[in-house]
Formats: sequence, C-alpha cells, structure tokens
Amino acid sequence: MKSAGTILLVLFLLSSLSRAKTILVGENELYKNPSEALSHSVSGDVIKISKGVYNVSELVIDKSITLEGEEGAVFDGNFFKEIITVTSDSVTVKNLTLRNTGTSFVTDVAAIRLENVSGCRLENNTVQNSFFALYLSSSKNCVVLSNRIEGNAVSESFSGNGIHLWKCNNITISNNEVSGQRDGIYLEFSTNSEITGNTSRGNLRYGLHFMFSEGNRYINNVFRNNGAGVAVMYTKRITMTGNRFEDNWGANSYGLLLKDIDNSLIYGNTFSRNTAAIYMEGTNRVNILNNIFENNGWALKILGNCYEDSVLYNNFLNNTFDVATNSPRNPNVFINNYWDKYKGYDLDNDRKGDVPYRPVSLFSLVVEKVPEAVVLTGSFLVDLLDAAEKVIPVFTPETLADNYPLMNRSGN
Amino acid sequence: MIKIENIEKSYGKSFQLNIGKLEFKRGSIITLMGPNGSGKTTLLKSILGLVIPEKGTITVNGRNISGQCDYRNSICYMPQSSPYPPNLKVKEIIAITKDIREPQDDYDYELFGLFGTANILEKRAGALSQGTRQRLSAALAFMFNSEIIVLDEPTAGLDPYSAGVLKSKILKEKNAGKLILLTTHIVNEVSELSDRLVFMLEGRVKVDREAFRNAGENGKEFREMVSKLFKENEPAKNN
Amino acid sequence: MNLRKIIKYFFGDIIRSKWIVVYTAALLVFSSGIIYFSKDEQKSLLSLMNIVMYLIPLLCMIFGSVYYYNSREFIEMLLTQPVKRSSVFYGQYFSLAFTQMLGFITGIILPLLIFNFGFNSFFLMIAGTFLIFIFTGFALLISILVNDKVKGIGILIAVWLLFAVFYDGIVLFMFYYFADYPLEKATIIASTLNPVDVTRTMMMLRLDISALFGYTGATFKKYFGSSAGYYVSLFVLHMWMIIPALIARKKFNRKNF
Repeated sequence: MKSAGTILLVLFLLSSLSRAKTILVGENELYKNPSEALSHSVSGDVIKISKGVYNVSELVIDKSITLEGEEGAVFDGNFFKEIITVTSDSVTVKNLTLRNTGTSFVTDVAAIRLENVSGCRLENNTVQNSFFALYLSSSKNCVVLSNRIEGNAVSESFSGNGIHLWKCNNITISNNEVSGQRDGIYLEFSTNSEITGNTSRGNLRYGLHFMFSEGNRYINNVFRNNGAGVAVMYTKRITMTGNRFEDNWGANSYGLLLKDIDNSLIYGNTFSRNTAAIYMEGTNRVNILNNIFENNGWALKILGNCYEDSVLYNNFLNNTFDVATNSPRNPNVFINNYWDKYKGYDLDNDRKGDVPYRPVSLFSLVVEKVPEAVVLTGSFLVDLLDAAEKVIPVFTPETLADNYPLMNRSGN
Repeated sequence: MIKIENIEKSYGKSFQLNIGKLEFKRGSIITLMGPNGSGKTTLLKSILGLVIPEKGTITVNGRNISGQCDYRNSICYMPQSSPYPPNLKVKEIIAITKDIREPQDDYDYELFGLFGTANILEKRAGALSQGTRQRLSAALAFMFNSEIIVLDEPTAGLDPYSAGVLKSKILKEKNAGKLILLTTHIVNEVSELSDRLVFMLEGRVKVDREAFRNAGENGKEFREMVSKLFKENEPAKNN
Repeated sequence: MNLRKIIKYFFGDIIRSKWIVVYTAALLVFSSGIIYFSKDEQKSLLSLMNIVMYLIPLLCMIFGSVYYYNSREFIEMLLTQPVKRSSVFYGQYFSLAFTQMLGFITGIILPLLIFNFGFNSFFLMIAGTFLIFIFTGFALLISILVNDKVKGIGILIAVWLLFAVFYDGIVLFMFYYFADYPLEKATIIASTLNPVDVTRTMMMLRLDISALFGYTGATFKKYFGSSAGYYVSLFVLHMWMIIPALIARKKFNRKNF
C-alpha cells in the first residue's frame, strides 16, 4: 500500500513535470502582460518576459513558478505600490529590471517582497529607484544572488533599505551590489545566514546594519563610503572575515560599530580611511585577529564596558590614534600586533619588541574628554605630551599595553 | 650750508644733546672738540641721519633733512672706527659705495694712490688692520668730491705720514670750497686745520669761536685755552 | 631703484655665508631621507610638515636675527649713503626671506616634487613661504628693538616657544577648563589666530585627517573647508606677515645708529 502510494506520487510529479511549460509574455506574444500570464500558469511553469517596459504593480506570485526576463525586460511600478510580492515557496525571479516603486510611510513598499516563503531565488535582477528593493520577511532557505540595486535616496526618513531581512533564517546573500539606499543590507531577527562578496557603497546610513541576528557570517564584502559604515548590534556568534571597510568619514562615522556583541570573530578584514575603524561598546569575548587598520582616525575605540576581547596579530598602520578608551583599566588583551608607531627594539631577535607598546596616547584621552582639542593634532605640544607620557605613564591605562609587539608586519 | 636749530636728543637719563643754533658754511673747516661723551659724534650722526633728533631741524643746502636721503649725495662720511662688513672685499666696498651714490664723471682717487689702497683691493675688510681701515675710510670719504665731508676722529690710529697726507688733503679740499666737519682730541690739529672751533660739553655747545691757524702768539693762546677747557671740565666728568 | 641694489648687496652677502649651504644641505638630506625611508606618503608629509611648521620658523628667526646683529656695520655704512632707510630695511628683509626660501625650496620642496607629491608639495610650499616671511619679520622686529644680541636671541626663542608650544598649551588648557561649553567657535578662533596653527590646520585638513574634526566639530570642518574659512585664514596669515614687518620698518626708520 505504501509503495503503491509512492508510485502514485512519482507518477503525479512526473505528469506535472511533463505539463510544466514556458509561457511567453510580450507585445507580440499571447500574453501581453505578466499578470495575465501568471493567472494562466501553474506551479512549475516558467514565465519568460520579452524585452519591453511593463507597467506592473502588486503582482502577487502565489505559485511556484520561475519569472525570468530577457534582456531589456523592465517592470515599471510607476511610483504606485509594490511591484512583486511572492507568497509561494520555490519561486525564482531573475534577469529582470524593476523600477519606480511607490513610497509609503506606513508599509515597507518593496520592488520584490518575499512573504513567509522558503526556497526562493532572487537572481541577477536590477532594481532602480525603489523604496525598499528586496524585502525578505519571515522567510527561510532563500538565495539572493548577483542583484544590482541602485537607489537614489536623499533623506533617511524618506528611503528604504537595499536588501532587507526580517525574521529570516538560512538566507544566502551573495555578490550583490547595493548603493544609494538607506541601509545597504539590513538584518533584524535573522539567523544563520551567509553574506558574501557583496559591495555596499554610498548608502545614506549603514552599508550593513543588523540587530538581534545571531550566527551570521559576513565574508569578503566591501563596505565603502557609507554614511556611518557598518553597524552590528545586540547579537552574538557573528563571523566577519575578509571584508573591507573603507572611506567611512565624517561626524559620528565608523568602519564598524559593535554594540552589545558577544562571542564573535573579526578576522582578516581591512579597515581603511575610516573616522573610527572599529567602535566597540558593550562588546565581550570578541576576537579581533589579523586585520589591517590603515589611515584611520582611530583604529579602535574601546569603551570601558568591553570585556575579554582579544586583539591579536593585527597591523596598525598610519592611524592618528591606534587605540582610544574612556576607561582607566584594561580588561582586554592586546598582544603580538604590529604597530607602526612602535619605537622599541628587539635585542633577543625573537621578532617581538623587548619593551611593551602602549597604544593609548595621552592626547587621545584629552580628545576623548574635549573633542575640540583634536585641532591640535600634529602640533609640537601634543608630540611633547605624548612622548612624556610614553616614558612615564600617568594618565593612560597602565595595563593597556602590547607586551610583545611585532617588529614587522604580521602576515594576513 | 648746514643749519642746525634747536636740536634735542636724549639717550637714557644721563645724556642729552641740546643745541640751540649752529651754522656751518662752505669753504671752511670746523672742528668739534670735547671730552668723551660730549655729543660730538651724536651731532655728526644727526647731520648724517644716523641719529634722529626728537626735536629741532637740520637743514642741508636749505632743505630739512628729516626723512630725506638724497641730500647725502652731497655728504661723505668717514666713521670713527671705520666698521666695514667683514665679509666684503675692499673692492666690493668701493663698488657698492659707488653704485649706490649718484654716478659721477670723475672720481678723486688721490688718497687711494697715496695710501696704497690699490694693493688691498682683494682683501676682506675683516682682515684689515685698524689703520688700514682708517685709510680706506678716508680715501672713500674724499672719492666723491662731495660738497660736505664729515670726518669722525680722522687721524686717530693713523701713522704720522698718513695723518700728514690726510691733513693736507683736508686743507686742499677746503680751499676748493668744501665744507669739512671733523672731530678730534688733538689740540694741534685744531690749530693746524680749523677755521672754527666748536667745543662741546654734556651735549651743549660750550664755546663756538674762530680758531687761529698755526704757530704764533694767537696760536699759543688758543692752545692754552683749549687745554684749560679740558682741564676745567675733567672733574665735572667724574661726577 | 635702490631697493633692488640693496637686495643685491645683502643677498650677495648672505649667500656667501656657509651657514645657508649647510642649512640647505641638511634639509635636503633630512627630507629625502624621510621620503625615501618612510615610503608612506601621508607619513612623510606629516614629518615634513613638522619641519616646516616648527623647525623653519625657529631657524628663520635665529638666522635672521644673527645676521642682523652681525651686519650692523653694513647697515650703518649703507645708511650714511643716499639711501632710504626703508630701502635698507626691506633690502635686508627680502634678502633674508629669499635666502630662507631658497634653502626651503631646494631642501624640502624639490625632493617632494621629485618624488611626485603633487598638489601637497605645492600646498606645503605656500605654507612654508608664509611662515618664512612671518618669522623673518619677527626676527627683524626683535633685533631692531633689542640692541643686545644675547638678549635679542633669547627673546626670539621665547617668541618661537610662544607660537609653537605655549599657545597650544594655553588653548588646550582653555579647552579643558571650558569643556562644558560649546567650543566650536572658540576652536575656530583659536586655531586661526596663531600662524603656525593656521598652516598646520589647513595642512591637516588636506591630509584627510579632517574626519577627526568631524567627530564633533562638523562646523569646524565646514568652516575651514569653506571659501570663507580659507579667505579668513589667508587674511590672518597676511596680517601676521605684514604687521610685524611694518612695525619693524617703523622702528628701523626711527632707530639711532
């Protein structure tokens, strides 16, 4: 009985496969617009969109179909509402250009929304001038691959995010390019996802922003020239490796903001030309290993409520301040880093300096208290103060020192 | 030619130059005498514009010299200790002086010849002896045929031969119608050279009278007078 | 024009001193060394900036002042000639500044240009030029006012300390003391009034350290980045250049030799 059921099921599936068909949509085709085609399709069908501009809004995909565009196939939302909403599992949307969604302060209007689905793919689409671009809500096991998102956000309150995840699980976000949105990539209550090889630049607020999203991996992404860099908050078990955080310059700007983060790894990233490369607040047991910090205002700003973090094998190159802190104690570990400002020697030839390096300068403490004093950067007075403090530490935390600083750059 | 009226100039509290009226005419040699610090050099420097009086006027050829410089084309100055920039060669000093003054058709090189200045042209001023510098200085002062020649202690530090040469040059130029203004401590020089003696004391003109040339009774009388002036005023200096 | 002749004499006299050759050579070795060994453009620019902002004013003043004291005979000799006092003053002022410029440009700017630092070298040159003229003015002012050489040099070292260290110290102290007040305007004013600070700030902003200012003082960056800030800074630098030199000239014109 059981085997007969299985056979019947296989037969059914085979028959449905055999009935799977490709439906063409276009000016010269049977179906002139996507919604007509959709209503005549069944799960498993492929709807192919020919070149042309289609006025589409609120197209709800409730069957497991593939929606695929030829080159030059454009869905125009005419600034009205959402363009595509996916409510069925295993839907693929690819090679489409979607543009001009509506804007709303009440609902999060998106170019493509996945609503409570699984196994969907959004691939190789171009989204232009949308409020939210790709919005994944309560979905799992989906792939967002090689999409281009070009927003033209002007103000934070009047713009949405590029790739937005809300209560998702196991999503892969790879090789996308996001620019001109509010946040480039945004995750909230989303877990076990992998974000790799994306480029997020020129977004108004954060290149990447996530909160309450545990166990995610961020690998080989580039976050460049965003309003305030990357913000990671209220989360644990994150892995961030091989990313580049660049050119996040400006008031209250940083490469990476860590706020209330536990048990995470930051490995092999490069931080260049950020006002503060990493700003840490309430961060515990985070390992910062083998990163490069170059040409930043501050390489690390570590607030007093960070405990048991480790800073190892990093290269600190040409930062105005290597480490700044507001605490007189040091509950974290600094060891075997390369500091370009280190003036020590290595007599026993073990490639590690024989005297400790104290990365917190007196002047950085002054600036912490009176930020305006930063105008004195580079002045003779400041050099004198710092030199004096290096010889006899009075104000800087005595224990915040790298006791075995590397003499040469650490390999990355 | 030079007219000085109501000049006042003070240095600190102790010294004040205070001259009511003085006039120097062309074709004469005027000697300024007086103890050290009596204001001779200050007066000369005021005429040259090196020292700027607080009050009063000095006119040269009828023009007020205050703030002016062109009038110095008609004045040549031989300074007391002949300080020259030590790095410069003698020929450069001569060239600069020539370059900076109005160009002339012919220069008076008589003293250059008599003093043998031609032999030291390549030497740096710093390497010259005091006497040699004095001779250079004198030669330069007469080189430009200027109407007024101001000499501050011209013979001090010169050997008798050079001093003689210089004195006869001074007389010669006076006879050519120039005004020569000099300071000296040597009484004989006054009687040898001067037409007029101005004796200064503590910044004021004490005696201003005709001088008597050469020997003879008048000359003797004059020398005695000057010696007496110096003697009388010595204790006053010591106060 | 007599001024040109006088510049020629002074310049010829200064250029003859071995000091300027040694000075230029030392700068040249120093700056090429920094550029060659540090290999990081920003870093070598910072080091060179420190030389320009701090060392050059000091050397400029000492050299100017020592030269003035040593050339009093020359000045006196010139003044007995039919030459305006102002011409003698400016002759000396410009000759000193030009020789310093010569040393500075060959010693620091030339290596920068050779190693292709582009616009930054140009900027450093402008900054250095201002400082040279400003501090040559100060050197002459002090030397003219103070007849005693040792005392004069003592005073000018004090002036240098004031601009290079104490001023910033006072500013820092004030910042600390008034930390609870909005300090942005005070910061702008403080860093505009001192010529060393103005040039340093402008250079720092060029070197992209500007983002540090952004941390709280967006106004500050806006101010110095704006053309208004730029013109005000230029104006202040000009004032520092002109006023001490003018006072020095005035004092020189009334001075007794």
